[in-house]
Amino acid sequence: MTFRQRHLLGIEQLHPEEIKTVLDLADSYVDLNRSTQKRSDALAGLTQINMFFENSTRTQASFEIAGKRLGADVMNMAMQASSIKKGETLIDTALTLNAMHPDLLVVRHPQSGAVNLLAEKVNCAVLNAGDGRHEHPTQALLDALTIRREKGRLHRLTVAICGDIAHSRVARSNLILLGKMENRVRLVGPPTLMPSQIDQFGVEVYDDMEEGLKDADVVMMLRLQRERMDGGFIPSEREYYHRFGLDAEKLAHAKPDAIVMHPGPMNRGVEIDGTIADDINRSVIQEQVEMGVAVRMAAMDLLARNLRAYRAAKPEGVYV
Amino acid sequence: MTTTFTNARLIDAESGTDALGSLTIEAGLIVAVNDGETGTLIDCGGKCLAPGIVDIGVKIGEPGERHKESFRSAGLAAAAGGVTTMVIRPDTTPSVDTPETLAFVARRASQVAPVNVRSMAALTKGREGREMVEMGFMLDAGAVAFTDCDHVVTDNKVYSRAMTYARSLGALIIGHPQDPNMSKGAAVTSGKFASLRGLPAVSPMAERMGLERDLALVEMTGVAYHADNLSTAQALPALGRAKAAGLDVTAGVNIHHLTLNELDVGDYRTFFKVKPPLRSEDDRLAMADAVATGVIDIISSMHTPQDEESKRLPFEEAASGAVALETLLPAAMRLVHAGLIDLPTLWRAVSLNPARRFGLPGGELTQGTPADLVLFDPDAPFVLDRFQLNSKSKNTPFDGARMEGRVLGTWVGGERVFG
Repeated sequence: MTFRQRHLLGIEQLHPEEIKTVLDLADSYVDLNRSTQKRSDALAGLTQINMFFENSTRTQASFEIAGKRLGADVMNMAMQASSIKKGETLIDTALTLNAMHPDLLVVRHPQSGAVNLLAEKVNCAVLNAGDGRHEHPTQALLDALTIRREKGRLHRLTVAICGDIAHSRVARSNLILLGKMENRVRLVGPPTLMPSQIDQFGVEVYDDMEEGLKDADVVMMLRLQRERMDGGFIPSEREYYHRFGLDAEKLAHAKPDAIVMHPGPMNRGVEIDGTIADDINRSVIQEQVEMGVAVRMAAMDLLARNLRAYRAAKPEGVYV
Repeated sequence: MTTTFTNARLIDAESGTDALGSLTIEAGLIVAVNDGETGTLIDCGGKCLAPGIVDIGVKIGEPGERHKESFRSAGLAAAAGGVTTMVIRPDTTPSVDTPETLAFVARRASQVAPVNVRSMAALTKGREGREMVEMGFMLDAGAVAFTDCDHVVTDNKVYSRAMTYARSLGALIIGHPQDPNMSKGAAVTSGKFASLRGLPAVSPMAERMGLERDLALVEMTGVAYHADNLSTAQALPALGRAKAAGLDVTAGVNIHHLTLNELDVGDYRTFFKVKPPLRSEDDRLAMADAVATGVIDIISSMHTPQDEESKRLPFEEAASGAVALETLLPAAMRLVHAGLIDLPTLWRAVSLNPARRFGLPGGELTQGTPADLVLFDPDAPFVLDRFQLNSKSKNTPFDGARMEGRVLGTWVGGERVFG
């Protein structure tokens, strides 16, 4: 078992063996979550603070449940409503919280790199719950766990990631992870929603949905991030749905046993047809949510182990 | 009083020479080169003696942001960096856009700065791109050029009238070419690195688009124009064409675009956030080559002090700019040590060309030129500690960097101001 990280800031820093460690441990937490007695004491005595500088219901709930099932004291801070509005800088907020001795800090922030900056200034483990357009590592890990459980492996698969790649941190973390695990990654979407020079990331880029989905094992749809659109990326939602929305006709080009994924929340009728999303034979969208809790439990468990080991190596009385 | 520098490696861009010799100064002027040893002797020990650097891109925090940089602190930084003339930018708060503000700036500078200070003025009032400033009065008050700096004048009608008016006065206009619609909100240059970091990015083509527009207006109006802060390979052919066509055009690059590239940003290091953003390594090498071939005329520091508060923020929110008065020379020496340019060529770009373009004395080691001199050891190694800088702001991208090239002494008008 290998996991050497002090923080979980992105997939970029993880070694394939570390990814495997997280997924293996998460598998065991899936079993725990399915039992009636859903308690562990892996994080007993530790304080977990969820700082969300950007709206989130699903991810925040997932982290909260994960922490509580592992016995941590969990606190949620709605940062949008608080001191940031009073002009306090991110670093001052971090230092203030740090003085309360948290052990795990779960942070979502609208700006790329903000979580890295924060991690430099605190002495607890920091988990990135999404920063700007940069990374969303636990989402990529839960997607990987879902794929591994559905397909029986996490290598040599053809995965098509479709839609608004440019504004998506989920796409970035996923393409890095899937690449590290030696899969064939395709990005499908209009060129206006592709990041520049994305072809240099070892992926194949398509602007035609049917070609991009051909013989894919996994079809990963992304939400069209309307709140990030600062104007004119696509002509209209209906044209987008016509060309890039996932419906039965387009999905027919993928392998017959291809699974359909979506990080949520979905815009039905914009990037995905409602009947596909609800098709229990193809869609694993609900399973993704389930895996989310397990992966976050695994990640926090591993970080807490490293944190405890790090503190144990320090002389008595010295708080890291 | 007469002083002779002996045993000095004289760097003269005018003659393109780099040879051992002696230089005699008297009453603030160079009076003799390689013509006997009279007066007080200063043995240079074979180190380099060159005309002082004329830095055309300096931002001072006065008026408005004196906590970031004052004339005193910038002047000390300049002296320590071998800069004997600072040509300062008008992008202060408020802008230098009236003769009265210009007079204030000139008075402050003459009171406290140990080096020569000349001021540029805004091209339009408040740098808002709507009404031109009182150029005639400003020239009388000592303005050496007109620029709105990073605020690009978007209204072509306004810009062309300002250029036409400036031509009639023989005034120099400086542009920072950029298409502002393309670069709005951008923090880095588009490409693989920007995509990996998920930062808003601008295509390098935006610079060429801005430059082509400016050059068309220059052709139309006949004004003397300096395209400053160029940074991309794509902009260079247009520049070459304009020069070949005989337009009164010169161009500049700042030291960071010659010595750093976009990858230096690394893990969102905001001290590497500059404007325009750092470019690819290919662009950097193209700019260095353009300096060597003379397509780019001037290297400046684009010294932009920012305090810790404006830099300790998420990358997108952090302020742009880096201090560079003291690091200009050792950073430029990287180009020399890498064999990209030689010392006389470097001195053409940092001293002779800026002096000539702005109509200032200096830049050469000839009889009758002011004794603005820098003595430096081109090979002396050191590790830069940003807290040792004289600038009030310490936002240098070279903190902790291994550098070569140390200033041993700086003279302004024959007076020793450093070393």
